[in-house]
Amino acid sequence: MAKLASALVSRLVIIIPYAWLLFFFLIPFFIVFRISLSQTTVAMPPYTPVFDLAGGLAGILDKMRGFSMDNYVWLTEDVLYFNAYVSSVIIATVSTLLTLLIGYPIAYGMARAPRSLRPMLLMLVILPFWTSFLIRVYAWIAILKPEGLLNQLLITIGLIDQPLIILNTNSAIYIGIVYSYLPFMVLPIYSALEKMDHSLIEAAQDLGCPPVVAFWRVTFPLSLPGVIAGSLLVFIPAVGEFVIPDLLGGSETLMIGKTLWNEFNANRDWPVSSAVATILLLILVLPIVYFQNIQTKAENEGR
Amino acid sequence: MERWSRFNIASVVLGFGFLYLPIVLLVIFSFNESKLVTVWAGFSTKWYGELWHNQGLLDAAWVTIRVALISATCATVLGTLAALALVRYTRFRGRVLFSGMVYAPLVMPEVITGLSLLLLFVAIGLDRGFWTITLAHITFTMCFVAVVVQSRLLSFDQSIEEAALDLGATPVRTFFAITLPVIAPAVFSGWVLAFTLSLDDLVIASFTTGPGATTLPMKIYSQVRLGVTPEINAICTILIGIVAVGVLIASIVTKRREAQRERDERAAFAAIG
Amino acid sequence: MMKSLGSIRRSFAPWADPASKPFISFRNVTKKFGEFIAVDDLSLDVYTREFFALLGASGCGKSTLLRMLAGFEQPTSGEIILDGQNLAGIPPYRRPVNMMFQSYALFPHMTVENNIAFGLKQDGMPKADIAERVAQMLKLVKLEKFARRKPHQLSGGQRQRVALARSLAKRPKVLLLDEPLGALDKKLREETQFELMDLQQQLGLTFVVVTHDQEEAMTMADRIAVMSHGKVIQVATPAEIYEAPNSRFVADFIGDVNLFDGTVASNENGSVRLETTGGIPIRLASPERFANGAKAAAAIRPEKIRISRQPPAHAPINAAEGEIWDIGYLGDMTVFHVRLKDGKVVKASSLNAVRAVEDPLGYDQQVWISFGEDAGVVLKD
Repeated sequence: MAKLASALVSRLVIIIPYAWLLFFFLIPFFIVFRISLSQTTVAMPPYTPVFDLAGGLAGILDKMRGFSMDNYVWLTEDVLYFNAYVSSVIIATVSTLLTLLIGYPIAYGMARAPRSLRPMLLMLVILPFWTSFLIRVYAWIAILKPEGLLNQLLITIGLIDQPLIILNTNSAIYIGIVYSYLPFMVLPIYSALEKMDHSLIEAAQDLGCPPVVAFWRVTFPLSLPGVIAGSLLVFIPAVGEFVIPDLLGGSETLMIGKTLWNEFNANRDWPVSSAVATILLLILVLPIVYFQNIQTKAENEGR
Repeated sequence: MERWSRFNIASVVLGFGFLYLPIVLLVIFSFNESKLVTVWAGFSTKWYGELWHNQGLLDAAWVTIRVALISATCATVLGTLAALALVRYTRFRGRVLFSGMVYAPLVMPEVITGLSLLLLFVAIGLDRGFWTITLAHITFTMCFVAVVVQSRLLSFDQSIEEAALDLGATPVRTFFAITLPVIAPAVFSGWVLAFTLSLDDLVIASFTTGPGATTLPMKIYSQVRLGVTPEINAICTILIGIVAVGVLIASIVTKRREAQRERDERAAFAAIG
Repeated sequence: MMKSLGSIRRSFAPWADPASKPFISFRNVTKKFGEFIAVDDLSLDVYTREFFALLGASGCGKSTLLRMLAGFEQPTSGEIILDGQNLAGIPPYRRPVNMMFQSYALFPHMTVENNIAFGLKQDGMPKADIAERVAQMLKLVKLEKFARRKPHQLSGGQRQRVALARSLAKRPKVLLLDEPLGALDKKLREETQFELMDLQQQLGLTFVVVTHDQEEAMTMADRIAVMSHGKVIQVATPAEIYEAPNSRFVADFIGDVNLFDGTVASNENGSVRLETTGGIPIRLASPERFANGAKAAAAIRPEKIRISRQPPAHAPINAAEGEIWDIGYLGDMTVFHVRLKDGKVVKASSLNAVRAVEDPLGYDQQVWISFGEDAGVVLKD
């Protein structure tokens, strides 16, 4: 009896979160997919109802005949969507590389800092993460505006005489993404570098490797897991980013997260936004699965 | 020990300058006399005063805090269970799918999560508003809690649980008497993380909200779209201040505890001689 | 000869008495982890008040055996009987055994006294009795002053004592010890070995200890089971295991040994003649008879080999000429490596009973090695 109870308890540990995630995370994706196949109507909700179990199997089959690829056809016909996908991936890729370029030296410098300083530095990197994303993006508007602080500074020191136009361009988006996602890049690289045994470098130098070569042959390859994890943590959410292109980007900036938001809020076209989301998810499936594999591997190594 | 080279110092200083300068400027200009955010016209706290008369803002803040409290608490329970399931049960049917569902929300673009949850709520006929935002926040924050607690459980010496069983404690008692107290700090930081993520969220809340439930980020966002104002700077400064004070207290508490622990250990070794 | 070896320690030998009943019985126990067989059809008896050691290299299945007794693992097949009760299906928290963990597994958030009281509380013992028992246990392990400390405020040796006190507090029928001294440094380990033995005598409990350290097993145990690949190779007293190993594996695993391979030439009144591949005629006492021409090996411990400048009287039997190849001075004794004519290196050790030796043996010196007929055993190949 007691055995049965404890077996049930141990099952519940799995069943409760499993059921929750199935219902609130996985099933919604199928609904998104379903609705991407239905017709737009002017009603509430603004699409033709989908599942009507009252009709039984025949009813469902009948409905299936009503499935249409119209929304997907629509996406391929309007070049705007295609451009938005492509430019999202490009912007995300460029920002990821920029974040890596800026983040790696920071992580490296932190990992080489005196041991007593490291916890404080680590906390300073994490701290901005606790403050609102929205606030951090908003802070850049005042800096990048034509009459903003950056231009004021550059004009005062005489570097330029005409204000630079940065806000509402792709440059502003790059700055925004790099700034907002920097901790996600720094932390995994730092933890990879910090774990590294410094005597490896000494061994490499002892065997005749100059410092720069030792870095490329020993340090960098060993930090690669951190680099990959960090890059995925930046790239995947950046592709679907909405707040940054909306606040810092211009009207001509196309990013898929913004497009989806507009389809949904401005045009109230739920089926089309579902189709947009479905394709976005398809683009991200590979990186997400790859990210999960890394996580699972790290989890197994931790055992 | 290697010297901290100039290059390394420079990267760290510049990096942290980049991270903090925008926030510092934002805070400074919240005390600006002028309506123009970018031109300094003298010190003033008038924008803070005006916040107190903005009833819409205060309502939104109250909604946000309630959502964050409820969702963080539920997410902590669910996330801790999920972490236990991941670490303690290496083999069960659908484990790959399960771990996938735990890790995917960490990187899933918010627009997708928001849209899919909204469509779920519509499909099951739930009235949108306070509770749908809360459910949505539980779902995406529980995964962050799960990851935090999981990393603690992985470094957990499982033999102390076996010792408890060996000494006659049932599995359920073992969990409450041994496991939970030991992982409590991680569970607590999971809760804090879930709370701030919920406090912060704009996109998912915007998708899943309904009439009457406006959160603070939604309110800020709608004002930001109209332009930069010192009033927003003032709200942001207050939020940053709350976080900074919270983190400061937390770090002082842990520092004290560590120092106490070190003193204890020194005392112990002194006693051995 | 066997008989005298058995009584070297105490006159405690229930295993030799056919009338005594075993306290713990493993009967054809097999444990598989997937494809891997950790314990392979193993049968073993342990008697009341015995100090029993499971000895083997890591991965030999000794810890799995202990964990099955504690209830953390279930046998794939076979049964485990404790005091007449089949343990199958009984969860660890209902078994009358307690375990001392290798990592000590002290509860980090509880004081020393709460750690010790934990098991008693689970039994619902009245508070006053718990306090009394805890005080008693603290006294037993001499930690009265440390009752209010947390585990991280203790040294390694003190933690080990708390773990011991905690596992003894419930007065288990059997105490299981998993590498109990593994985390201590050498000096402390040697002291603690004797303390554990005294404690076991004093409390009259049955101890089953798992260890990979042969010295530890030899010092403490009444009997040792030498394990390899999930099987028990030999179960015997430490003296028997050392002086009369039953296989090349045991001879090689316990202590140092010289193995001379060869074929059996003849059997004559309780002794065996062996012609080694190196050409040395060996004659050793052996209760066992071997078929003529069978492959066998003579196992002789280094300390049973004598080194002399002159050939011994019984040469060429049990003697060979060689030169000193290496000398290792260990303080209490010196180990010589002697290279025989055929290239075989034989280890011989001699006790340094006096402080200075006149004309000591040096490198490259021509010497004779020799041994008596009772210096070793003949082992089947």
